[in-house]
Amino acid sequence: MSELLHRYAHARAGDKGDRLSLGVFVYQEDHYAWLVEQLSEPNVAALFEHRGVSHVTRYLLPHLKGVNLVLDDALQGGVNGALNLDGHGKTLSALLLSMQVTPPT
Amino acid sequence: MTVVVGCGAGFSGDRTDAARPLVDALMSYDAPRALMFETLGERTLAAAQLRRIKDPDSGDEPLLEEFLSPVLSDCLANHITILGNFGAANPTAACRRIQQLAQRLGHSQACLATIHGDDVRDRLHALDWQAWEGEKRSISALEQVVAANVYLGADALIEAMAQGAQVVITGRVADPSLALAPLCYYHSWAGDDWDKLAAGALAGHLIECGTQVTGGYFADPGVKEVPGMASLGYPLVEVERNGRLVVTKPPGTGGLVTEQTVKEQLLYEIHNPGAYITPDVVIDLEHVRVRQLTKDRVEVTGVRGKPAPDRLKTTVSFLDGYQGEAEISYAGPNAFARANLARETLRQRLALRCPANLRARFDLIGISSVFDGDSQLTAQTLQDAANDIRLRLAVEHADKSVVELATQELLALYCCGPAGGGGVRRHHTQRLKTASYLVPRQQVAPTVTLHGGEGNE
Repeated sequence: MSELLHRYAHARAGDKGDRLSLGVFVYQEDHYAWLVEQLSEPNVAALFEHRGVSHVTRYLLPHLKGVNLVLDDALQGGVNGALNLDGHGKTLSALLLSMQVTPPT
Repeated sequence: MTVVVGCGAGFSGDRTDAARPLVDALMSYDAPRALMFETLGERTLAAAQLRRIKDPDSGDEPLLEEFLSPVLSDCLANHITILGNFGAANPTAACRRIQQLAQRLGHSQACLATIHGDDVRDRLHALDWQAWEGEKRSISALEQVVAANVYLGADALIEAMAQGAQVVITGRVADPSLALAPLCYYHSWAGDDWDKLAAGALAGHLIECGTQVTGGYFADPGVKEVPGMASLGYPLVEVERNGRLVVTKPPGTGGLVTEQTVKEQLLYEIHNPGAYITPDVVIDLEHVRVRQLTKDRVEVTGVRGKPAPDRLKTTVSFLDGYQGEAEISYAGPNAFARANLARETLRQRLALRCPANLRARFDLIGISSVFDGDSQLTAQTLQDAANDIRLRLAVEHADKSVVELATQELLALYCCGPAGGGGVRRHHTQRLKTASYLVPRQQVAPTVTLHGGEGNE
């Protein structure tokens, strides 16, 4: 059975140039290890593949029960070049939370 | 001793009635206090520079008086220092307008300071540049440069406060420096006390986007509820001399301050949390902890600092081509098929009439837009369910007439597209782009100019 990450985590997107950053946090502290498992760099890269992402870097913040994801070339030029309505990629926190996940046990 | 800093605006388009409850709350503290306004996005300054080119008395924050008139008098009378980057491309013009406002409010002795030195457009080619991480454009290749501004740190702002400034007016400074300056000034932190500077810069980082730490940009009904959305309180941060800080908001305002709201803002626009670079200090967030103390009070501890960088980030803005957008709606039975036919028809007409190097993007708003890539529509979900769809065309080209021709083709769908299209909107803009570089700190010399006050002018 798979569910949306949205049920277990909240997130906010930020941009600098063509780079997208996503801060992601679990609602329940004991889901943190599970979150780290779900948000592997390859899993995140696959979710954003159609956006042309070239590289994903993941930073773990165990004290905050959070993960910071940095996606290079996710914004097709960002506010500088993208023809996307959302050149900042601000809505992309919701794309991440639409990830299909296996629920934590 | 505790120093309290409030943030009355987090961007140029922010709500202009935010500062009043903040100042009421600040006045209730028996402690040194400051109020910051952060109104300068990456391209806001370039837009301001374009206004200044047309009118030399312009180029500062357009909403300056709306932001300040409700609170300026109380701040001047109660020693609440105001610091804002609302000088934008013309701090001197902003200063003049604030002086006039202060005089109207009966404060003809107000002491204001302007900070200069961020604008390096006139000596762009005399400086020793490095490309910022990830920057692919060479600075020497940029044409039609509109603005070039170094992110200054807190030093000149601290100096302005030491000289007695009650309002400090800047152009480009790093956003957190607007809060760090009063913290350094009142706490007498040394310029190399990196852990303290990191705490002060983090305090600024947490409040510089206004309500983004107090319940703004957070609500998700049923999951993350936010009370009182219509009257969200703007943030206050209480910072002790040892660097301990507490985020809160004025009593009686909407919104909320929780571990969740603080954590989301803590990582906002951060890449490596172990090395968040500001002009004043490199912040290490890896050991930061947040803790709810009481309702709407969250403590942040564990931040560490590393020495400030040798080079300062500079944003260069330049004009580059034209963008056009146009939209048309299709609704009701078979809406997707009609919108899709409109899109294919438009695509073929653009191929017939526009140069091959026209960049074009099509969205079907209601089915697939912001999540999709820039080059094509890939998501094809909910087609049957969607019955209210907006076809959007976005194009870019160096030649304005090509952009106008392309959006003209969307307009023409009114009469020679599929059945039942309506609600066309179209507009065109000259595209303002930015590139980022690093300049040696020694090549940048911020200055403080005092205006008014007793003993001045």
